[in-house]
Formats: sequence, C-alpha cells, structure tokens
Amino acid sequence: MQLTINGNVKEYQDQLTVLQLLQHLQLSQERVVVELNREILSADLHIDTELKSGDTLELVQFVGGG
Amino acid sequence: MAVFLCTGYVQIMLIYLNEKQIEIKNGGHLYALREQNKADADLLIVNGYPASTDQELHAGDHVTMIQQGEQPSAEELESLMMARHTPGVHEKVKQGCVGIAGAGGLGSHVAIALARVGIGQLNIADFDIVEPSNLNRQQYFIDQIGMPKVHALRDNLQRINPGTKIKIFNQKVTAENLADFFGDVEILVEAFDAADQKAMLTNTFLCNFPEKYLVAASGVAGYEASNSIRTTKVTEHFYLCGDGITAAEPGRGLMAPRVGIAAHHQANAVLQLLLNKVPG
Repeated sequence: MQLTINGNVKEYQDQLTVLQLLQHLQLSQERVVVELNREILSADLHIDTELKSGDTLELVQFVGGG
Repeated sequence: MAVFLCTGYVQIMLIYLNEKQIEIKNGGHLYALREQNKADADLLIVNGYPASTDQELHAGDHVTMIQQGEQPSAEELESLMMARHTPGVHEKVKQGCVGIAGAGGLGSHVAIALARVGIGQLNIADFDIVEPSNLNRQQYFIDQIGMPKVHALRDNLQRINPGTKIKIFNQKVTAENLADFFGDVEILVEAFDAADQKAMLTNTFLCNFPEKYLVAASGVAGYEASNSIRTTKVTEHFYLCGDGITAAEPGRGLMAPRVGIAAHHQANAVLQLLLNKVPG
C-alpha cells in the first residue's frame, strides 16, 4: 500500500487503520491532527478508518507551550 | 508675460481628512490643507506615512492631522489610531471577528496585536487566573494577579482600543462548548499551552466549521533560534506557527521573546486572512 504522508511517499506491506499508522509512526493520538485526503479526520474516527493505497495524509503532532 | 486662461470652474477632488471625506481643489497641497483645517497640527500623516515636507495631494489620499498631546474626541480617536496603517486595511479589519482560545503567552499577545490593528470583535476564552509565574511572558500586570485572565485582558484591551468589541468566556474550552464561544468567528486562534488541548481544539473546530480558518501554534519554547519560527500552511484552512518541535518541558521554559514571536506570527496570519492574502 502506498501512502503520501506530509508530502513523502511511503510503502506499507500491511493493511492499516489511521490509529495503527499513528502507532507505527510513534505519534501520540491525543496530540495529533490528521488530514486524510484533504479533510480533517475527527479523532474518534482514527480507530475505525482503514487506509487504502493512494491515500494522502497530513499529520501534525502538537508540542506543548504557549 | 505668462497668460493664464480661466476655464470658468475649478476642478475638485475627494480626499479623506481624519477619515472624513472632503472636497479640495485639484492639485491642493498638504500645508494649505492644514492651514484651513487644523493649523495647530504638528504631525501630518499621508497614506500611512508621516510627511515632513509640503506635498501635492491626490484624489483618494488619506490625510491625518494630529496635534500632539491633544486628547481626541471618541469619534476622532479611531481614525487617528489607524493613521499609520497601510491605507484600506482598517476598513476591512474592523469588520473582522476573531476567536482566541487561551489567554496566556500566545493569546494575550495575539489579542493586543489585533486590538491595536483595529479588529472589530474578539471572542476570548480562558478559565485561568493571572499568577506571578505568568508575568515572564504574558501581557498582564502585577496589580492583576488573582484576576481571571479574561477580565484582566479585557481591561487591558479597552485601555488600548475601546473600539474593539470584546466577548469573554471565563470557562475551560471543551469540544462541547466550542461552538457557543466561537460559532460567530471567522478565524480562531489556538493559543493553549497543553499539546493535547491544542489537538482537541484543532480537530473539533476544523471538523465542526470546515469553512472557517484556524491559526495554531506549536514549538515556541526556550531561547532557540528566532528564525526557526515559521508560519506554515498545513491544510486549506489550517495554519501553524512555530518551529513544530521545541516543546516546553523540564529544562526548557517559556519566555516572552520566542512566545511573542510565535504569537505575532499568528496575529499576522489572522491579518493576512482578513485581507484575503495567503498567510506566510
């Protein structure tokens, strides 16, 4: 499966949900914003949303401070 | 000997004097205008820039005349305050309605910058009170310690620009109440401290209001390079200011300069969006 993540093309062997991808990338689900194919994906949908080849993701993990 | 032809009428043009439209003679000059209207004025500003010599005026010019030290009337104050703006900015910005989620280091700076620029309305939400440890980077004063931040910030903003309408919400922002606080804004500024709250706000706001804009901040701590703080377009309606990585953590604090840089990136992104320009 081919995914474009933050502009970089990546190959994945396994089927993945968004949550599994976040875990694989060691991103914290509580601190992350996911845009999937140009739409923000609500955090409660991370667990059930299956990724498919050709999907484009923007992932932003916030850090604290303000 | 020169011969002057009289055409029988004098051509006039429209200019703005202290934001009031007036007619003057074509080719009229700045100092003559001062003589006729405000002979004591000692600061003359033409199209946002102080004028130190006499000059010919042109149709559509914005001229401001200020007598230094004079307390202007309430109606004059607005135009005098905005005299140094790029022409045309104030008319658009005063229609703007912007939300600020969090009134700490980021939010207090953003609010003040937007009030100074003449924003029409700010909706500000925060549940916290002013504490001594805030004063190293937040726009509050010693005598405001113990006050709810939203009350202290409203007071400070009204001292800067009484023309900005301020709506305050002295509560914690949650996914449930977000629409009550920020349903009427065009642009929301994410100005929280905690990373999970930043993500919650961004997710909830952009999912609920896909037509509105969000300007968030991430990576503003420490005294790392000023120039690593950037404004980035993440998605069509989501802009991020900061270096993206420098977290507040044990051994790395939050201080006025770098938090202020990021906050002013946010404020400028808001201004750019209000003026139909892509932030950057």
